[in-house]
Amino acid sequence: MDAIKIQLPHTVQPRAENANDGAVSRTMQPIVTGTSVVAFKYKDGIMMAADTLASYGSLARFRSEKRLMAVGDNTLVGVSGDLSDFQYMQHVLEDLETRELCMDDDQTLGTKSVYKYISNIMYNRRTKVDPLWNSYVVAGLDHDEKFLGFVDLYGTRYQSPTIATGFGAHLAQPILRKRVEGREDEIEEEEALAILDDCMRVLFYRDARSFNKLRRAKVTAQGVEISEPYSLETNWDFAESIVGYGG
Amino acid sequence: MDFAQFQQAPVSVPTEHHSHGNRWDPYVDNGGTSLAIAGEDFVVVASDTRQSNGYSINSRYSPKAFELSNGSVLATTGYHADALKLVEHIEQRAQLYFHKHDRAMNVSAMAQMLSGILYSKRFFPYYVFPILSGLDAKGKGAVYTYDPVGNMERVNYQAYGSASALVQPFLDSQVGFKNQRNADPSRLLERPQAVKLAIDAFTGATERDIHTGDWLDLFIIDQDGIHQTKRELKHD
Amino acid sequence: MAPSMESTTGFKFDNVRRNQLLGDKGYKVPTATKTGTTIVGLIFRDGVILGADTRATAGPIVADKNCEKIHYLAPNMYCCGAGTAADTEFTTNMISSQLALHSLSTGREARVVTAMTMLKQYLFKYQGHIGAALVLGGYDVGGPHLFTIYPHGSTDKLPYVTMGSGSLAAMSVFESRWRQGMSREEGIELVKDAIEAGIFNDMGSGSNVDVCVITKGNTEYLRNYARPNERVEKEQSYKFPAGTTEFIVPRPAGVAAGEESTAMDTSA
Repeated sequence: MDAIKIQLPHTVQPRAENANDGAVSRTMQPIVTGTSVVAFKYKDGIMMAADTLASYGSLARFRSEKRLMAVGDNTLVGVSGDLSDFQYMQHVLEDLETRELCMDDDQTLGTKSVYKYISNIMYNRRTKVDPLWNSYVVAGLDHDEKFLGFVDLYGTRYQSPTIATGFGAHLAQPILRKRVEGREDEIEEEEALAILDDCMRVLFYRDARSFNKLRRAKVTAQGVEISEPYSLETNWDFAESIVGYGG
Repeated sequence: MDFAQFQQAPVSVPTEHHSHGNRWDPYVDNGGTSLAIAGEDFVVVASDTRQSNGYSINSRYSPKAFELSNGSVLATTGYHADALKLVEHIEQRAQLYFHKHDRAMNVSAMAQMLSGILYSKRFFPYYVFPILSGLDAKGKGAVYTYDPVGNMERVNYQAYGSASALVQPFLDSQVGFKNQRNADPSRLLERPQAVKLAIDAFTGATERDIHTGDWLDLFIIDQDGIHQTKRELKHD
Repeated sequence: MAPSMESTTGFKFDNVRRNQLLGDKGYKVPTATKTGTTIVGLIFRDGVILGADTRATAGPIVADKNCEKIHYLAPNMYCCGAGTAADTEFTTNMISSQLALHSLSTGREARVVTAMTMLKQYLFKYQGHIGAALVLGGYDVGGPHLFTIYPHGSTDKLPYVTMGSGSLAAMSVFESRWRQGMSREEGIELVKDAIEAGIFNDMGSGSNVDVCVITKGNTEYLRNYARPNERVEKEQSYKFPAGTTEFIVPRPAGVAAGEESTAMDTSA
């Protein structure tokens, strides 16, 4: 019996091998990278933030990259890790949107669908041992239900009221769990913004790959809103009192 | 669960041949513990819901035991992404079976199928330690356990996962009545006792295993179906 | 080597080459208990406050649910330890003994910088092989002092510090809430929250919060200052009825327990 031939979208086609030596190009390590993404649920929906830095190793290479994107009408996606892999994913997702639009059937892309779509791509690539070197945070509102999910280069996925990627998992998640967990439906926008800024400030203080120029975004019943870049107030007063390291 | 040991087994990933070593490892251990205890006409299944990576907690509530369409429960541990894919894989096959035979799979059929699914990926395994539970054709509690490449066994009770070395001996003593005079090792537990044991196994495991904790998903499978409850475990 | 050449003090390295060989052949070297830990310290208006969780681990297993990680150095000085439990214990013990002798010979209270210098020189000498990561705090004639000391011997002097696997979780609390000139109550509360951030977010840390407040002429060791992880009661009792234990050879009649006649038969 002949197997049914399914035409996959070109983005998940297997890569052609190099004719000479059978070598295949893979992301063996991230090159130009973005650091943490921080996100959590609050009363009106979901808040998210990421800075605008693209690092090349320890070099602050590009200083106004956008790591937050809207997919469809009510889904927000944040990314950390390799930015060329992200731009590829961005292309895939824009493709998905276009195909959805061409259907012309009054259906729109739901957040859970986008999350599953990204998750499948990530898991399939890990299974080819050719991963997309990213962590994705997918947020949205599906019929009044808040959704916040995570997926990484292993295809590992989970949902949680608070999510932070990369360094944020160590430095921002403790703050988020303390201030958000169990209060997802009470936190007003004003407090949510304060929590978000506190997390990003701590990350700027302690993550050497971070940057004090960032964007925040929210998904609410009104849709997705991504801010222009802004900076946080920082305080270095304590440094005045530091003299030496001992001895 | 002894991941390190398993990786030493002659299992390789047969994709493109790579001359320079140090390839990326496509597996992670997401921790956590699952157990199942069979009774005369019921099964108790329990899993903690912590999903972790290294010393970090990914999520405090990420279920790893799943109700399947045929009324059985699949409890997993190991690599969570593979576990989710395995559930999809099983459900696809169960769907095909349903349309072909016009009835849901019984547990023994699904057990055999799961073994086949796991072995079909012998050289790039699903890094999952599954426990499949349900009622057999006679209505008796049935628990099937597997290793990641499909070795299957029907047992009366089993603990898998990061605290399996702590929980399995406890079950051997309290469910299997092993090495005890005046005890019948084949005796099956009553339902309240089985539930109490499952709970104590997890509060105990949470004390001593750093990867186990947060919440406990408890399933009781009987003639009337699946009854699920959730209990809090320690968060540290 | 002549017996007279052998040193009678310090570590012996006789087995290093043998162990290296065994290791290369695949022998698994025994692992030490690590205190995958959260330890912190901060300076407040009147002195310093140290804090620690109480979990000790051996790999993924909790070895001790309520261990003490804040070690005594001198009446005015305490030291939190992270890393290899034995190294933190023996290092602080030894420095404590030297500080006591130092105080006796000078007739003065030891200074915190003295302890810090002794610790860093000792750890540097062993090039990181002594796995002690320390937070040293105390109050002396120069006022409050707070240092971190890394296993390789480097030190930091900062108004608030954290160490161990939970250091980032604890630092997130300090970086968002520490202020100059906090009161004693505010300081203790902040230290407690920092340790709890480690306890609940870092799986290497857990159980209880120990706190130590050192001010001018006074030290308060608040053991188990917070206990946010009490074990719930078990669902049932697990007492076995008498006579449950299996045995192969019954005790000969007329011989009471504990008599010599139960010795193993080695004949044939």
